[in-house]
Amino acid sequence: MMLDVRLYLAQRISAMIMAPLVFIHLGMMVYAIQGGLSAAEILGRTQGSVFWMLFYGLFVAAASLHAAIGLRVIVHETLRLRGMALRALTWGLFAVFFVMGARAVMAVTMI
Amino acid sequence: MEVAVWRGDETGGRYETFDVPAQDNQTILDVVTWIQQNSDATLTYRFACRVGMCGSCAMMVNGTPRWTCRTHVRKVLKGNRLQVAPLQNLPVIKDLAADMDPFFDKWVRVGGRHEPGKTRHDQIEAIPPDTPDRENADAGIECINCSVCYAACDTVRGNPDYLGPAALQRAWTIVNDEKHAGRQQILNTVAASDGCFNCHSMGNCTVHCPNGLDPMNAIAGLKRAVTKNRFKRGG
Repeated sequence: MMLDVRLYLAQRISAMIMAPLVFIHLGMMVYAIQGGLSAAEILGRTQGSVFWMLFYGLFVAAASLHAAIGLRVIVHETLRLRGMALRALTWGLFAVFFVMGARAVMAVTMI
Repeated sequence: MEVAVWRGDETGGRYETFDVPAQDNQTILDVVTWIQQNSDATLTYRFACRVGMCGSCAMMVNGTPRWTCRTHVRKVLKGNRLQVAPLQNLPVIKDLAADMDPFFDKWVRVGGRHEPGKTRHDQIEAIPPDTPDRENADAGIECINCSVCYAACDTVRGNPDYLGPAALQRAWTIVNDEKHAGRQQILNTVAASDGCFNCHSMGNCTVHCPNGLDPMNAIAGLKRAVTKNRFKRGG
C-alpha cells in the first residue's frame, strides 16, 4: 500500500519537469532584480501573461504531486498509516498544495 | 568476557549476562554454544552447518546483524563485552531463534521458483556465461537466505509488508534467467505496492550481506527493468 510503479513514475516524472523549471525560475529572479525591483514591476510583467501562468501552473502541479507522494512515503513509514487513510492523506495533501499554489499563480498572472 | 544474551519469547524478554572464557580463535556461535553447554541448557538458538553455507545462525551481535558462525569474537568485542540478540525485523520464537516465516513467505510471494518454458523435445538455449543477464543472475544466486539483509533494512522496519532485499534480489536473479518462463509475472509482482519501489537505496543490505552480495544494486536493476517494461507495454 505504499509505492507502486505508477506513483514511482509520477514522482520521477514530476521531478524531471521541475528540474528545468527551478533553474529558469532562479535564473529569471537573478536576471530580473538587476537594478532593483518592486512588486508593481513584477506584477506588470506577470499579469495577463499566458506564458507565466502556464509556466508556474505546471510548476505548481508538478510540485504538488511530487510533495504529496514524498510525504505519503514518510507518513507511511513513520506513522504506519495505510489503506484508505493513506490514500485520503495523499490526495488531501495534493489538493492543499495545488489549491494554495493555484491561488498564488492566479493572483500574479490574472488581470 | 561478559556476554549479554537476550532471553524471552514473543511476549517480551530481557538480557541475561554470562561470563564466558575467551579463546584465541572463537566465533560468536562458539560463544553461544559454550553458554548452552556449560551455563544454561535451556538457551535456544539455531545453527546447522557452522561454515557459512546454510544461513541459519544469523543474530544481532552488538546491534549489528551478522552470521555468527563466521564472525570472530575478537573482531566485534567491545570493552570485553558482547551483546547477542535474535535477528530484528522478525518475530521471536524463543531466545536467539527468530521466526523466519515472514522472510520466507516473501521469498515465495515474489515468485522465486523456477518455471520452465520448454518441453523435453525442445532444444536447450545456449546461454554464454559472460552475458550481462547471466552475470546478474550469477551474482544473486549465491544468497544463502540468512536474513541478515532483511534484519539490516530500515525500510522493512518502517513497512513490515515490504518484500525486502533478499526476496527482491531473488526476483532480480530470476528475471535475468532466460530459461525462466514467468518473468513478466515477477515484474508485475515487484512493480506493485510493497515491491521494489519502496527501496530508498540506503544500502544497509549491501553493507551487511555476509556473502558480499549487492541487493541494493539488484533492486535498482528491478526498478529500471519494471520502468522499461511499463513503457514497452504502453503505460
